[in-house]
Amino acid sequence: MSNPSTARDTQVLLEEKEKASEKRLDEILSTYRGEREELIPILQQVQQALGYLPEAVMKRIAKFLRLPESTVFGVVTFYAQFRLAPSGRNIIRVCRGTACHVRGSAQILAEIEKQLGITAGETTPDLEYSLETIACFGSCALAPVVVTNDKVHGRMTATKVGKILNKEPQ
Amino acid sequence: MKFEEIKNQAMQQWKAMQQSENIRILIGMGTCGRAAGAEDILEVLNQELGQNSIRADILPVGCIGLCYAEPLIEVMKPGMPSVFYGNLTPEIVPEIVKDYLVDGNPRPELALGIRGEGELAGIPNLFDLPVLKPQVRISLRNCGNIDPENIDHYIANGGYEGLAKALIMKPQQVIDETKKSGLRGRGGAGFPTGLKWQFCHDAPGDIKYVICNADEGDPGAFMDRALLEGDPHAVMEGILIGAYAIGASEGYIYIRAEYPLAIQRLRIAIKQMEEYGLIGDDIMGSGFGFHIKIKEGAGAFVCGEETALLASIEGGRGMPRSRPPFPAQSGLWGKPTNINNVETWSNVSAILAKGADWYAGYGTEKSKGTKNFSLAGKVVRTGLIEVPMGISLREIVYDIGGGIPDGKSLKAVQTGGPSGGFIPESLIDLPVDYESLAQAGSIMGSGGMVVVDEDTCMVDITKFFLTFTQSESCGKCIPCRWGTKQMLDILVDITEGRGRPGDIELLQELAEAVKDDSLCGLGQTAPNPVLTSIRYFREEYEKHIFERRCSAMQCQALVSYYILPERCQGCMICARNCPVQAIEGGKRMVHVIAQDKCIGCGTCLDVCPPKFNAVVKISGAKPLDIPEKPVPVAAES
Repeated sequence: MSNPSTARDTQVLLEEKEKASEKRLDEILSTYRGEREELIPILQQVQQALGYLPEAVMKRIAKFLRLPESTVFGVVTFYAQFRLAPSGRNIIRVCRGTACHVRGSAQILAEIEKQLGITAGETTPDLEYSLETIACFGSCALAPVVVTNDKVHGRMTATKVGKILNKEPQ
Repeated sequence: MKFEEIKNQAMQQWKAMQQSENIRILIGMGTCGRAAGAEDILEVLNQELGQNSIRADILPVGCIGLCYAEPLIEVMKPGMPSVFYGNLTPEIVPEIVKDYLVDGNPRPELALGIRGEGELAGIPNLFDLPVLKPQVRISLRNCGNIDPENIDHYIANGGYEGLAKALIMKPQQVIDETKKSGLRGRGGAGFPTGLKWQFCHDAPGDIKYVICNADEGDPGAFMDRALLEGDPHAVMEGILIGAYAIGASEGYIYIRAEYPLAIQRLRIAIKQMEEYGLIGDDIMGSGFGFHIKIKEGAGAFVCGEETALLASIEGGRGMPRSRPPFPAQSGLWGKPTNINNVETWSNVSAILAKGADWYAGYGTEKSKGTKNFSLAGKVVRTGLIEVPMGISLREIVYDIGGGIPDGKSLKAVQTGGPSGGFIPESLIDLPVDYESLAQAGSIMGSGGMVVVDEDTCMVDITKFFLTFTQSESCGKCIPCRWGTKQMLDILVDITEGRGRPGDIELLQELAEAVKDDSLCGLGQTAPNPVLTSIRYFREEYEKHIFERRCSAMQCQALVSYYILPERCQGCMICARNCPVQAIEGGKRMVHVIAQDKCIGCGTCLDVCPPKFNAVVKISGAKPLDIPEKPVPVAAES
């Protein structure tokens, strides 16, 4: 059922997706003991599997660890890594650290925003690209740095932006 | 297998490798090498070797610190000094394979340098070159020389000797040796390491923890990443020694999630240690047992602060707490805990292996040993360096770093990341040690060192740092939560032409309040860029506020583009390229930029043909002879 033709088909598709997420969550939780110190590793593993942290999932994690939901939500919103909404298939991360800034990363970011039509923190409507800024990747000698999915591009210039965007999806 | 047997076997294998009849090629495969394209180079290299039927052993190694020359390889032909080639491209690699490996011509003009005994086509010894000569690689001793995923390489080069020695000493003796070395914490605060261990050792309690702080959140710092990727065992050995000295049987490595390769290498290293009985119960048959877990950060700069780090490991928001009690008395889950930085741990393993006196032979009276720096920014040879404490900034920037590119002049060196300050050019002969940097208003910090030149606006870069610290402030205490926001707002106003008389004094007052009253190191040091930039570059602030001028021409709101009527020849190239159609003019008419439409992108300046050079970028008063509307180009040439 790759092309849902009715509202009912879409509903069924969504339910199937939810069930798959539930199953994946069960699998992950079964490997943990249920202790407080496991909260962040669990959130990281679940986000890795599902792409983000849906509300229902956060509630289940809270229950598993016997924590108030607000505590889990508080942790999720504190750390920049966690996403509350799905991200694009390709994640473009522009480094905005000191060395990259001094070597022109602001212009690189502006160029990427122009080419993708979104600003940092947003996802393209077709869910193909998400754009984020990162404080520092630790490749400062290769500044300015852009990371597309897992590939690190050093010594970036505005002219190279088109090339790295066209190379995705991988 | 006992450690002695493991060591002998490892040394034999290493020796066999050194004396191999095969050609060996070492290739830098740290994150920076990969960012520069090392993976493509490896592919081309394999292809060329195959095509020329050359048998070669290829060894991936960590960072040798010459990031400006990545991707780089070291080619070892049996019986000859090895040759380093850098700035490789897929085009140059086939040439090197054919010319050197097949025809015996090392192509000296392409070589960076040689290593080892002997002479080769007049190529200089890499370690005699200005970039490496002043360096003393202690924590980075193995990076670039060994395969970081092979524990036998580490062991063959003196690895785990320090641990072996420590385990037959009493814990107090290990602490004394560390004290004698003069080692101070390399994470930034510079607290004497031996003394810190003593506090934790003396604290009552049976359960104690040691932690490795691998959060390295400072933008501009990548020393710890390179160390963990290039030689994880140097760090692990240090942690074991510290745990033994303190009496801790459990530990954590808190590492930022943005370092996936380092995390992977650590996991491999720990597994290998388990196989050799170097971690777990009964290490090296000594009766000492130690287990470690890896905890990944989740993107919060404040978690590099030790008490926020503890909160994060415990599964909470990374918010610091007030001290006392200090972690040494009450840390992780209230137990005595000792936290040290990655670089500190890798120095510990060297110190126990070679002795405190040896280590104290380097550095100055109060700052012993060596320090890693990530040299970045406007400098020719960016890279990872390790230098003895006391070396001057001049030597670092000009000898090692090769000076400022494009003939520009040095303006300042920023040390200590967003917690640090700017050292102006006038203080370039300052020795790099804890006390001197603090006196100048900066800090040693974790080792980030960013060089800025005349094109950097000090107000803009201060705003840049405050943007970072303000967004990373955890929000717990008012001085930091509000203070950073207010300082940032004032800086934004100044850079956008809304600065007011009294702003500099207000910034200073706020900065001092935030520094004195914040709960943790983030807030206490966030004002440092403000305080040092006002101290050394006050006139830049004054120009922004009183003249609405940015002399470095970085602050977009204070910069305008004009077309000079005496140079414009009406070629229309700028008007065609302007993204917002802000340029009016026809053929052979002097073009005019509509200032109200101009977005300051600089495209017109980029595209105006060099022979005309008619576009100027200025900050300050408008040139007098700019016409309001296009006029015919003047008749004379």
